[in-house]
Amino acid sequence: MAAPGGFSGTDFKTEETVFLGFTRTQLVAFLVMVAFIVVSPFFLYPVFLMKVLCFALFACAFNLLIGYVGLLSFGHAAYFGMGGYLAGHAAKVWGFTPEIAVLIGGAVGALLGLLIGWLAIRRQGIYFAMITLAFAQMVYFFCVQAPFTGGEDGIQSIPRGNLFGMIPLSADITMYWLTAAVFLIGFLFIHRVIHSPFGMVMKSIRENEPRATSLGYRTDDYKLMAFVLSAALSGVAGGLKSIVFGIATLTDVFWTMSGEVVLMSLVGGLGTIFGPVVGAAVIITMQNYLAEFGAWVTVIQGIIFVLCVLAFRRGIVGEIGNWLRVRL
Amino acid sequence: MDEIFGIPAPLLFGQLLLGLINGAFYALLSLGLAVIFGMLNVINFTHGAQFMLGAFVAWAMLNFLGLGYWWALLLAPIVVGLFGVLLERTMISQLYKLDHLYGLLLTFGVGLIVEGLVRNEFGSSGLPYRIPTELTGAWDLGFMFMPVYRGWVVIVALVACIATWLVIEKTKIGSYLRAATENPALVQAFGINVPRMMTLTYGAGVALAAFAGVLAAPIYSVNPQMGSNLIIIVFAVVVIGGMGSILGSVVTGFGLGIIEGLTKVFYPEASATVIFVVMAIVLLLRPAGLFGRA
Amino acid sequence: MTIHRRGLLAGAAATTLPFASLRAQQANTLRLGVLTDMSGPYRDPTGPGSAICTQQAVMEFASRLGVQAEVIQADHQNRPDVGSNIARQWYDQGVDVIVDVPTSSVALAISQIAREKNKLFLNSGAATSDLTGSACSPNTVHWTYDTYMLAKGTGAALTRAGGDTWFFITADYAFGHALQRDTSSFVEQGGGRVLGSARYPFPQTTDFSSYLVQAQASRAKVLGLANAGTDTANCIKQAREFGLTRNMRIAGLLMSFMEVHSLSLDTAQGLLLTESFYWDLNDRTRAFSQRVQPRMPNRAMPAQVQAGCYSATVHYLKAAGALGAAAAKADARAVAERMKSMETDDDAFGTGRIRPDGRKIHPTYLFQVKTPRESRGTWDYYNIAATNPAEEAFRPMAEGNCPLVRG
Repeated sequence: MAAPGGFSGTDFKTEETVFLGFTRTQLVAFLVMVAFIVVSPFFLYPVFLMKVLCFALFACAFNLLIGYVGLLSFGHAAYFGMGGYLAGHAAKVWGFTPEIAVLIGGAVGALLGLLIGWLAIRRQGIYFAMITLAFAQMVYFFCVQAPFTGGEDGIQSIPRGNLFGMIPLSADITMYWLTAAVFLIGFLFIHRVIHSPFGMVMKSIRENEPRATSLGYRTDDYKLMAFVLSAALSGVAGGLKSIVFGIATLTDVFWTMSGEVVLMSLVGGLGTIFGPVVGAAVIITMQNYLAEFGAWVTVIQGIIFVLCVLAFRRGIVGEIGNWLRVRL
Repeated sequence: MDEIFGIPAPLLFGQLLLGLINGAFYALLSLGLAVIFGMLNVINFTHGAQFMLGAFVAWAMLNFLGLGYWWALLLAPIVVGLFGVLLERTMISQLYKLDHLYGLLLTFGVGLIVEGLVRNEFGSSGLPYRIPTELTGAWDLGFMFMPVYRGWVVIVALVACIATWLVIEKTKIGSYLRAATENPALVQAFGINVPRMMTLTYGAGVALAAFAGVLAAPIYSVNPQMGSNLIIIVFAVVVIGGMGSILGSVVTGFGLGIIEGLTKVFYPEASATVIFVVMAIVLLLRPAGLFGRA
Repeated sequence: MTIHRRGLLAGAAATTLPFASLRAQQANTLRLGVLTDMSGPYRDPTGPGSAICTQQAVMEFASRLGVQAEVIQADHQNRPDVGSNIARQWYDQGVDVIVDVPTSSVALAISQIAREKNKLFLNSGAATSDLTGSACSPNTVHWTYDTYMLAKGTGAALTRAGGDTWFFITADYAFGHALQRDTSSFVEQGGGRVLGSARYPFPQTTDFSSYLVQAQASRAKVLGLANAGTDTANCIKQAREFGLTRNMRIAGLLMSFMEVHSLSLDTAQGLLLTESFYWDLNDRTRAFSQRVQPRMPNRAMPAQVQAGCYSATVHYLKAAGALGAAAAKADARAVAERMKSMETDDDAFGTGRIRPDGRKIHPTYLFQVKTPRESRGTWDYYNIAATNPAEEAFRPMAEGNCPLVRG
């Protein structure tokens, strides 16, 4: 299921990798992105940008699974939300410094991913999606019932604390640089994974799993590993988000959040490196700037999804890449 | 008074009966979803919104045209079904060759638009709709009061399920349909207009959703989000039954209604989650669902 | 509708215009942001109506008090992250007050932000008593209602009137639990007993028949609905269907006027509920409601949360006018102090005061929904069953654990 639109029917130019596994076009795109991240806080609102970065990391993590292994998870909210809760709890109740809290979020994501992934990877296509959804709903139920999550009020006023116990993060701009750094590390890490021998096997599973098996790869191990990585990074993104906003609530664990990350990746372009980042930016901008239009938010969102599916199936980045005939 | 697991037996019987009634709703809703998936391979996420539209059209007919419940039961599915036909012709038909994901996302988007527009027009807290006088009242069953209307819902749902099953499994049109899902080109070669058949099938599936909506209007609050609360549960029903299996979704609908009903007695907080627990177990043991073909 | 649209444009400008130019442009204009549920289940009793009532207060009072003020609005989509993002952005870009904010999780988050940035937060829409309890803040005033007041208004009065055995149907989340816990304690204080309760999963429940039958089997005299919005509407509709209304009284613990309207009197008659505002209470509430009604969505009468937005805004403008706009913009804590030291007086809520912990107090009313025969037309829905005087209606300050007033 879910052979991403970006891959079919286009003759891509073959490009040499020049740096860090990037092709020249990708490197240019990467530098543009970095430049934007560095310059944007001076003319856009930093808290908004941090939100975009958190979700961009989440979407990139999700895209690792669907774009490169071909597995559509419909339960990624579980790792994102639980990462957020645990990071929030660690920072607020246990008094850990923010970097430890975020790492705890990642660890929780990884553990949960290992457990759910181990069961889910036995199934494919829509059944894989449904089984991940089922487990995510159970996680949601746990979060509603467990006392430490504070029910629907969530964990409130989580302190941003001091980075490494020294640098206070209360100023938005300091927090922004940390968020940007975490995002870039995560982004480059995912990029590195995709271009490692491990990543090559992942892609071969996406293209033709029986053949990968016949070549002697234990495909289940690879799928599980990719699943755990994706879940861990989602946990990091969730943890980062609760440190940035100082809250962790049920909306982050609910199934609509799982749907949202699918939409981000789709709008940006499945199976492209930059797609999820662009998709996250578009969706978060919509949520924020359409808020003034009141009830029209849902209508406008709906129209955008319909348009994406009917006219821009490759997603924004996918369409641009197709037009330039390069992989982005 | 006898007790079963510490719960008085009459109370338990009552809950089983209520579970069955809820199951009738799940069955009816998942029926349309299963027809659409089985025949068109489209995961119709607008189903919840179409269910809601059925209820709103019933309300509009009463308030603008003076047409009561019985007319609505007949006409609202046709009106909403026509909307479905339009949707299929203009949008969904372009996606048949693509992955399921795109159909799901498109219909999800359409659902958002419909829900948003209805909310803009009618607000969020809902509209009143009465039980028709012929069906008011309740039977005293000794262990509980059984409203007449709920009995009616079960009967109608059963009839609709059996009728749909008969049409698809036992009639000529049904056999064409099934053949067209397997091999559209061949069926087309026999001179059958496959695209039109697809359109009508989608329209029929949507009409079933709207029909359920009219049935729901007198007992559930008629509000824009009434469908989105149900869709994910109904979706699970279809998956457990085996995607596209009509018999499967009907049996699962009733079965899950009962399981949910029992959970509401013993551990009510988990009554929404139990469906997903069942789904996870079924998918791990029987990959294609209870009645699906792998 | 022109004002509504102007609000929209102003709102769009607020978030898109760069920071600096905005500051320079409107140095002494007071800016009020109505952050509310425009697209979700609480849209009708809050939503656009809250924005219109806030606007109404500005129209009536700003020029009279010699201040300039403008109102912008946004939809928080009931999501704490969306809400707090907008709130931070608004506060940083020159919005002085955020008004309304239904949904407790969003309200608690925004109260925190207002305190951090020393801005004002006038909450009308959220239920949690924590806003003036353990999470109280010198920058937050909680205006219209809270869970404690609802529980006391309905629980104590009904028990006194002979409804001494209760069964609860409770939404399984913090708000539902708080409502059930507080109401139970008043029932027990009044000598009544709670015979049972059922917690249902929120927000995924549509059918309540199972819980209603359990309630019936308990033989309690009162069915307490510890939930809100469409869930309450569904419970009531189905309770009537299952014949519960014949031998039980139904108390909607958080119900608004708009839900009664949507159920129609046919279904809702006889219900008991507590609110702090009803358009037909007295001459002043009637005058206010008739002034604002023509501009409300679907020409509805204002509901309590919306009237609360009006009342809070009027009082804020008075305090800001007394301090001077420049001073009011500079220090929100001073404005809050001023608001607490002045008596409140407006058409919607009459006279009242704000306590040091941020709780606005006023009388509350236990209403009984009229029968279709008693009603003289659309919007004529309530009879007053009991009145709770202002000083008794809300939780005593000492019991709230608010750090501001301890010791």
